[in-house]
Amino acid sequence: MRIDYKAARDDIPQRDMIVETAIRLMVPFIQLYGLYVIVHGHYSPGGGFQGGVVLGASVILLGLAYGLPFSKEYLNEGTNIVMANIGALIFTGVAAICAFVGGMFLDYSALQSILPFIGPIDWRSHGIFLVEVGVGMGVMMIMVSIYWDMASAGKMDEGL
Amino acid sequence: MKSLALVATFVTGALLLYSTADFAEWGSPQSPPNAHVSVRYIEKAVEETHVPNLVTAVLGDYRGYDTMFELVVIYCAGTAVMAILRRREDETDSEEDAS
Repeated sequence: MRIDYKAARDDIPQRDMIVETAIRLMVPFIQLYGLYVIVHGHYSPGGGFQGGVVLGASVILLGLAYGLPFSKEYLNEGTNIVMANIGALIFTGVAAICAFVGGMFLDYSALQSILPFIGPIDWRSHGIFLVEVGVGMGVMMIMVSIYWDMASAGKMDEGL
Repeated sequence: MKSLALVATFVTGALLLYSTADFAEWGSPQSPPNAHVSVRYIEKAVEETHVPNLVTAVLGDYRGYDTMFELVVIYCAGTAVMAILRRREDETDSEEDAS
């Protein structure tokens, strides 16, 4: 997606070039770091909740610097709520699939019986990764959604 | 009615404070949570899950049910904020016309 920073900047009256430039440069790195925190949760401190909050903060920063309409353009409102639902459904879905294929609820080693590539113990490791992705997605989208509602009193027209 | 609520609050608080006396001793290696569950996690978690980070292993696997409902709580909070605050364009307009 091509992001038109210049057009977004012209819409808000009290704009600050330093803040805008700093945030424009920071956002990609913040998002990369958020993804790193999620996928590296197995080896270092981190995981879905922390990484999701970092990813959500990047969109909130864009909303603060460029105005709430721009952050809504950056992350579509419909996509936002759909992804929040998908995030919650990934976790509960993986847990339920484990139960359906013969294991116990949330017993990831049961996934071995439908995808027998890596062995039941490694499936417990990869199952944790799957649910962490769901957690990250859900937390990011809910953070952004709460910010939108709080900052604009639910009107979704202008931010703080 | 307010004084009743105040009494109920204090009674509940007193009960909760009283029950803290039955907690396992803080930091003691002999207390039940430290003697059974923690030891088991530390000794077996890497072997059983192949996750080097014990915190992630406990959070995502052994305590997966807890983590699942943490996400559901956040999801419910988000949808509740959305349900209470968010308004569609036409609703906003009709409110302004009425006032």
